[in-house]
Amino acid sequence: MSNILLYAEVTKENYLHTVLFELANKAVELSKKLTNPEISALLICKTGLADNFKEAFINSGFDNVYIAENNRLTYYSTELYSKIAIDIINEIKPEIVLIGATTQGRDIAPRIAASLHTGLTADCIDLDINEKGQLAATRPTFGGKLMATILCKTLPQMATIRPKVFKPAEKNITKDTKFIYIKPEIENIEKKVEFIEFVKNTNTIINELDSANIIVAGGKGLKNEAGFKLLKDFATSIGGCIAASRGAVEIGLAPVDIQVGQTGKTVTPKLYIACGISGAIQHIVGMQESDKIIAINNDKNAPIFEHSDIGFIGDAFEVLPKLIDHFSNNSENQ
Amino acid sequence: MNILVCIKQVPDTTDIKWTENNTIQRDGVESIINPYDEYAIEEALKIKRIIDNTKITVLTMGPAQAVEILKKAIAKGCDDGVLISDKKFAGADTYATGKTIASAIKNKLENFDLIICGQFAVDGDTAQTGPSIAGQLNIPQVTYVKEVKKHDTDSIYAIREIEEGHETVKVKLPALICVLKGDYEPSRAKINGIIKAKTSEIKILNMEDIGLSADDTGIKGSPTYVSRAFRPIKNRENCEFCSDFDALTKKIEEFGGTSNE
Repeated sequence: MSNILLYAEVTKENYLHTVLFELANKAVELSKKLTNPEISALLICKTGLADNFKEAFINSGFDNVYIAENNRLTYYSTELYSKIAIDIINEIKPEIVLIGATTQGRDIAPRIAASLHTGLTADCIDLDINEKGQLAATRPTFGGKLMATILCKTLPQMATIRPKVFKPAEKNITKDTKFIYIKPEIENIEKKVEFIEFVKNTNTIINELDSANIIVAGGKGLKNEAGFKLLKDFATSIGGCIAASRGAVEIGLAPVDIQVGQTGKTVTPKLYIACGISGAIQHIVGMQESDKIIAINNDKNAPIFEHSDIGFIGDAFEVLPKLIDHFSNNSENQ
Repeated sequence: MNILVCIKQVPDTTDIKWTENNTIQRDGVESIINPYDEYAIEEALKIKRIIDNTKITVLTMGPAQAVEILKKAIAKGCDDGVLISDKKFAGADTYATGKTIASAIKNKLENFDLIICGQFAVDGDTAQTGPSIAGQLNIPQVTYVKEVKKHDTDSIYAIREIEEGHETVKVKLPALICVLKGDYEPSRAKINGIIKAKTSEIKILNMEDIGLSADDTGIKGSPTYVSRAFRPIKNRENCEFCSDFDALTKKIEEFGGTSNE
């Protein structure tokens, strides 16, 4: 029997992180290339929370869900959570362990791998099972300039996977899911990292980027604050959110929180409009899964056009005001 | 306080070019201190300015020329440098690297109250070596640290920058933290630092020194290996260029961009 174990991350606001459903859908696909596959999840949370998620697990193709509930587990703790994960992995011996490449996932995964003396591939953007039945995990390196497919010669084969590179299942994959409560052995562990407080981002632009249908992104070509003001006004006029390339962030035009790319966020809106972005690979890896991409740039040879559906050659400082005018006027007429 | 800063020499990834054979051109690419590690050094220097008798040791694992970045760190105000270097370390993944550095700390270096790493290295981007070291030393870790706020003799307060906001944690020492880039320029070398860097002797440790065998380290001791490396493919072959502004607005509207009411 080959078992794929997925780590079910609970967010600060006590939801299941959506990357779990993306991984579940991928795991169902991968399991077709395995013999007698079982897909399991590990959920670590405060007492009583797991009941809220059972229907979601049943509808996402899970055979088993291992649940560790305890009020000492109310906030994520590397020490307690990794102890529980290591114990369960030693017990059920999965061949593959997949974890979302969130800040929590990238904190816990290397800790688990170090304890289990096994290999871990970071921040993957593709997964497959090769002809020998091994997990082939593909990730960008060198700022996205090189892709590497990595194999692991120990078990379990572990990987963290960037959120939003896989899509959740479109239809429910209903299973007769078994829920197995495990008693976490954490009483004797002294927590050396103590949670003090959490301050939520109040910047709604940042929070909306993940779910935005339209993103208007600016690069170094927007040159100055006035350029980013135009970008914001254009975004407002078509009901979109703004984002930025690393180049724009590095020269201080935009906060790092809205940076899209290898070292920033991955976004998948219906429409991505890149203004004054040259199209370094490091940016492309963060937005290439958008449904449609439009690029506006004054350099007809800019690499961004190789990754766009629609191109417009022009200076953002001339095009943006016209776009704002066009879309604002239209709304007044309606 | 006794602090260890782990740094990495990386190629300047903003300057990477392709050879005709679709491999990365490594010759002639400038090597720099990994930008995140610059802020690891900064956090250590900040503590040194506040807490008396703080000593900062800076460590790297790499080829002989990685001594350069240790000297640069000493020029900025760090006290000592350690280079872990052996041909047999070549090809180490994050697990083997963590194990090698952890062994050097356990077997050859003094006890540290605080180990500081950069959150990411810009070449590999794995963010795994820091937690791997902490895991193998069995000390607590705090990742995605934006700022160290307060330090007592036996604990520090760190602010973590995570997806949904900022989290403050208190961590008991000894511990390992991984830091993000700060919102400021890292400091430059000091005159007396440059003089010190010239004369300071870098401690060099090889595989035998740290008590590992060839099976534990390098490519042999690495659970993961690269089976294929390739240039990213573009997923949009044909870009349709708009001839005029009206064509552009029509396309935006066709793709769902409508006036915001």
